[in-house]
Amino acid sequence: MIRAPFRALGHALPWLAAAAGYVLLPEQWPLLASIAIAALFAVSLDLIVGYAGVVTLGHAAFFGTGAYTAGLLAQAGWGEPLSGLLAAAAAAALLGLITAPLVLRTGALAGLMVTLGLGLMLYEAANKAAPITGGADGLQGVEIWPLLGLFRFDLYGQTAYLYSLAVLFLLFLLARLVVASPFGLSLRGIRGNGRRAPALGVPVRARLTAAYALSAAYAGVAGALLAQTNAFVSLEALSFQRSADGLLMLVLGGLGSLYGALLGAAALTLAHHALSEASPIFWQLWLGLALIALALFGRGGLTGLLRRLADAAARRP
Amino acid sequence: MAAAITVLLDGVASGMLLFVLSVGLSVTLGLMNVVNLAHGAFGMVGGYVCVVLLNRAGVPFLPSLAAATLAAAALGWLLERLLYVRIYGRDHLEQVLFSIGLVFVLGAVADFFMGARQQLIQLPDWLSGRVELAGIGLGRYRIFLILVCGAVAVGLHFGLVRTRFGARLRAAVDNGPVARGMGLPVGRIFSLTFALGSGLAGLGGALGVEVLGLDPNFPLKWLVYFLVVVAVGGANSVMGPFAAAILLGVLDVAGKYWVPEVGAFVIYTAMVVLLLARPDGLLARART
Repeated sequence: MIRAPFRALGHALPWLAAAAGYVLLPEQWPLLASIAIAALFAVSLDLIVGYAGVVTLGHAAFFGTGAYTAGLLAQAGWGEPLSGLLAAAAAAALLGLITAPLVLRTGALAGLMVTLGLGLMLYEAANKAAPITGGADGLQGVEIWPLLGLFRFDLYGQTAYLYSLAVLFLLFLLARLVVASPFGLSLRGIRGNGRRAPALGVPVRARLTAAYALSAAYAGVAGALLAQTNAFVSLEALSFQRSADGLLMLVLGGLGSLYGALLGAAALTLAHHALSEASPIFWQLWLGLALIALALFGRGGLTGLLRRLADAAARRP
Repeated sequence: MAAAITVLLDGVASGMLLFVLSVGLSVTLGLMNVVNLAHGAFGMVGGYVCVVLLNRAGVPFLPSLAAATLAAAALGWLLERLLYVRIYGRDHLEQVLFSIGLVFVLGAVADFFMGARQQLIQLPDWLSGRVELAGIGLGRYRIFLILVCGAVAVGLHFGLVRTRFGARLRAAVDNGPVARGMGLPVGRIFSLTFALGSGLAGLGGALGVEVLGLDPNFPLKWLVYFLVVVAVGGANSVMGPFAAAILLGVLDVAGKYWVPEVGAFVIYTAMVVLLLARPDGLLARART
């Protein structure tokens, strides 16, 4: 067992690191903001993959929906950031509610293919709807108003980082509450044994649909953050690569703990930053090798590794 | 009228090509329940082997095709023995991660050695140009594709239905534990089948350089098409995926010819709708 003070420190550690990053690395604020956004996306995936056990290959659909919702709102002349986030969350959740029956209807394998197909459909639709989305050129002319009417989004990324971090923190707390609630426990029950859960009186389909929509809303908020802090939306927000990156972050950090999502997002974004400067091919190679190694040998990702280390340290007299 | 026949022929030819590329996947994904998103990578490897032999070493076209098939089969066999056996029976998330990782690694390797650009090949004279039949020009290479891929389909069908290996494969897939109990070497049957499927993908990739293109993005670009063939065609026969591939090829070519502004959207929509309507495949036998 790990003693209580250490446990509390463990919970605070990611946020202490984020605060330290703000103070110590002012020239890296944009990078830190992108970590916070990636972390929110990974948390969103953790809710549906890690807790509910529904594997998806098309989660970027919700990220992109949120990004385009916030971007189009701002382009149309409503650049208020917080209401933009809410609109993005609502749009993504709506898409989640519509698509959840399609994904959950068939078996696990066909459902996986459906998520992939839906994600690609949306990408192709955004690509072809160039008059609205800007197509391959991206959405131009996004103007975001100052946050709360006070803080302008500056070139150094100060507002962007603090804003993204605050949203991540609040939504992370909310997610902790959700997964500890009876709702969250029933999700874990469904993942553990999908046939026994209905026998215990758990409405499986309704719970999974709710989890899917919640996870979609989270991804939509992450996408909206990206759109608002960059004042730009590209097709990349909807790409298969983004879905795959999210899954990798999650599995690298460790499924089903929410902290793993934070850790994996930070590790992967930093690695991407460091390696892709050398060469994009190297990045792709290392990413691929990491995925293979994780799939074959990864047990619980980085958080699993930390937990095993902590257990070993605790056992030593 | 002439345009319609040309589109039909092109569609059938590219459908046949899709069949050869994806029939191996219908075994791994459909029968063995392994989410192998890296199947297209074997096609890509076959394509590059063909391009290198043809353009740099000056080997004639047909031996290059054979070499591409063998190289992809050998790679498939090696990877199956070393890596894929470890992910049989694991959960889908691990299989997805593993196979995406494999796509990224092979794509990066191809990018490193061959560059990111589209590869081009020079077809031999006897395959280029057109023949006139009743006033309609038909591409010689399209006819060649239909003949080769059709022969592969017929061979596979009779191989699966008539030969001892086919019978063993069907037994191993229908009920692995019982087949093993009856003394069938299930592991070896699967790895031979995997190698065969990879080799056919390599052949398809090599044949497809001229039709589908070839670059390091090939496995992901065509992944959805392979998945559609498997999902729509079902996995119980050779003819199901064959019919699905032809249908897909004709739809795809017709869509690109007559409504280019809609593009690939048609195919993705068709995939989702068909998956929802018939999750076990169009020609799947009724579940008992």
